Parts: sequence; structure tokens; C-alpha cells
Amino acid sequence: MTEPPGEALPMDARPHLPRGVRLVDSAAQGGLVLLAPERVFKPDAIAAEILKRCTGEATLAAIVDALAATYGAPRERVLADVSTLLRSLVDKKLMEL
Amino acid sequence: MEATSPTLLRPLGLLAELTHRCPLGCPYCSNPVALESRADELDTATWARVFAEAAGLGVLQVHLSGGEPAARRDLVELTAAARQAGLYTNLITSAVGLSAERLAGLAQAGLDHVQISIQDSEAASADRIAGYEGAFVRKRALAAAVVQQGLPLTVNAVVHRANIDRIGEMVDQAVALGASRVEIAHVQYYGWAIPNRAMLMPAPEQVERAREQVEELRGRHHGIIVIDAVVPDYYARYPKPCVGGWGRRSLNVTPSGKVLPCHAAESIPGLEFWSVREHSVADIWCHSPAFNAFRGTDWMQEPCASCPRRFEDFGGCRCQAFALLRDARATDPVCHLSPHHGLLAELAGARRDAAYVYRRHTPAPAHATAQGDRD
Repeated sequence: MTEPPGEALPMDARPHLPRGVRLVDSAAQGGLVLLAPERVFKPDAIAAEILKRCTGEATLAAIVDALAATYGAPRERVLADVSTLLRSLVDKKLMEL
Repeated sequence: MEATSPTLLRPLGLLAELTHRCPLGCPYCSNPVALESRADELDTATWARVFAEAAGLGVLQVHLSGGEPAARRDLVELTAAARQAGLYTNLITSAVGLSAERLAGLAQAGLDHVQISIQDSEAASADRIAGYEGAFVRKRALAAAVVQQGLPLTVNAVVHRANIDRIGEMVDQAVALGASRVEIAHVQYYGWAIPNRAMLMPAPEQVERAREQVEELRGRHHGIIVIDAVVPDYYARYPKPCVGGWGRRSLNVTPSGKVLPCHAAESIPGLEFWSVREHSVADIWCHSPAFNAFRGTDWMQEPCASCPRRFEDFGGCRCQAFALLRDARATDPVCHLSPHHGLLAELAGARRDAAYVYRRHTPAPAHATAQGDRD
């Protein structure tokens, strides 16, 4: 990863989409898309799995545990991937913690 | 959509010009100089059908625009119809003619986002540019109401010679208003901006300073507000990928139902546009002659035809090529590879301080002022 690691995100944060940002499943566009003011993001498969879990209910710790269990991946690696995505979305105002 | 050729993608965005009526008279309005009349506007049911058909075709976002969309009495119903069709619903408003009560109705109908244009950070100048006394105050009031409703707000600051030195103040105001996003939108020279070009054009040193200032503001407001800005056309080296490529990602429906690849497309003579009154949105997207006129790269001439950037910027803007060179197939002269690139510096140098030609519904005489019926 070329980006600096940045400050660790709080593990008890409950990431969720802010109002005005919606994750929708579009059959015509072939899957999940994140819709935001004047922007459309097509998440890749990994990002889509992360985004689906950012409902404001699960904590960051729970999301990481669930993904690590589902994909049999090391927890630290999953945490790094999730943190990178969340930080970048928070910067763009597409996610709240 | 039956065809799946590489040049025929599904659209993502629909610009719905609900009406050309607008109380403001901004001299850079992107609407065509020949405005459509109220009598010709599509009715509520037809717009609802358009939204449903567009969503079925793949459109994800609708931009309810105009003119001033709030001039439509059925704006709440239209918003509800767009949302019911599954579209992300964005209102692009001048804020004049939209009360906090009606805004609450829009929020209830499922509106996702509001964009309010501002003309300047100083009231007197802002109202002079808009050609409407009191516009500045009303915009601030509606922006506050948007934030109070919990709706995300984008402030669209339209930038030109008269206000480009106050980008910092405009961004600060957007932050103070609670906007999550601000667009530094340099005037683009289409529609009403063409007769006003000499009065709107910034000087090169202003443009350079604006560029530096945006960088500084992005650093200062990082994480607080997202700042989107693009280099103004006449001072760029490469053209913008206009509407993401002709007939590629977006479409525009005029108040009377004509479907255009972009809002300025009618400025190119000889194109045949189809209407939603006679055709489905999918039929128009796939088969209307206007949409197919500049799809893909076969229409290109040199230097575009062999340029490695042709899949990134699609030759730039067809409307600009026609407006400046009278050849809609030419390379957008914004590109430094165009043999006519020098024309832009020439036009940018032709700055002149004179009264604006304000946007209005009747053809504007040279002495047009802010007064007069624009309905």
C-alpha cells in the first residue's frame, strides 16, 4: 500500500453511509453501485462486501471479524483493507463513523 | 437495450430540464438562447414515464434542473416519481421560488441531494450578476433550510471575471452554510455565455491565482468540505471529456421532451433529435440519429483520429468545436494539438467591461437589463 497508514480507526465505530449516499443494486448496471452527489462509484468485489456491512449496526471490529471469517483471511490484513477504504470514503464524505 | 457494441453503453445520468422558466437572469446560463415556453412543457405523467424508462435503461441518477425547477408546481410529485423509479434524485436550484415548506415536501418525497448555485460572496455583486435583487439573501435562507432538513448540500459557485478573486470567500461561505461539497464551476461558453464571453472571461493571472487558491483551500478544508474544480476551458491544454463522451453516459431531456446528448447539442445544426412524446427513452438512446452522430471514434478527424487520448477525452466537446470552428467533427480547439488552439487565447484576450446580456425569455436586445418578464 503506497498510502500512509494514518491514524487507527476506532474499533467500536459503526460505519454507515451519510444521508445522500446510497448503495443500490442495479440489475441494468450489473451489480452494486454507490450513489452520491454528482458521483457514481462501482465498487469492486471486495469493496462491495465491505460496503454491504456498513449499515450503522455492526462495529468496525465486527465487520472485520465477519470478513476475516468469510474469506479465511488474516484479521490484520482485512483490517488494513477495510481501514483504507473507509478512510478514503470518509475523506470524500461518502461514509460516517 | 438489444445492442451491446462497445460504443453503446448504458447511461448513468439524466439531466431533466423541467422548465426553462427562471426568475434569475444569469448571463452565463447554459440554457439555449431560444428558450422553450411553458405551454410546450411535458406534463407530470410524461415525466414520470420518462423517469421509469430511464431507470429501466440503467440510469441511476436524475438531476432535476431547468431553468428553475421550482417554477414547476408539480415539483414534489415529480421528485416522488423519480424516487419511486429508483433514481438518486438531485435538485439543482437557484433557491429563488422554493420555500422551506415545499423543501420539506421534497425531502419527504425522497429527494436525495440539493445543489444551490451562488453568484458571489458579496450580496450586491451576487444580485447584480443574477439580475435579481434579493437573490443572495434567499439563497442563504434556503441553504440553511436544506441543512436543517438533514439533506446534503452542494454549493455551486459559478466563477468568472467579476467574482474569481473571491473563491476563498465563497468556499468559506459554503462551509459556514453547512455544505458538504462545493463546486468551483468556471463559466463554460455555451448558451447565454457566448454573447457575454468578453464580459465574463477572466484574465490569465486571475485563473492562475484561482488554481493556487483551490489547492490551498483543499488543504485547509480537508475532511470538512469536498472542493471540486476544473480548469476553465479557454486556459486548458487538453479538452474536457464532455459529458463523458457523446451518447455514452448521460442524456438530457428538454422541457418539451426533446432528448439531447448534452444540454447544448441543439446548437449543432443538422442533428435530428427525437422526443419522448413519440419514442421510449431506450429507443432514443439506441437509435436516434443525434445520439449516434458522434458515438465512438469513427467520426473523428486528425489529430483526434490517431490520438492515444481519444478514448479518454473523446475529442472534447462537439458543441464547442462547432461554436468556435463551425465544424462539429473538428478537434475541440481547447486541445493544444488542434491547429486552431491559438483562437482560444485570442478570444480569452478579448475582454471587455460592458453590461451583461441577461438571460430572458424573449430574444434579448443588446441593451437588455435585469428588469422585464422572464416567465
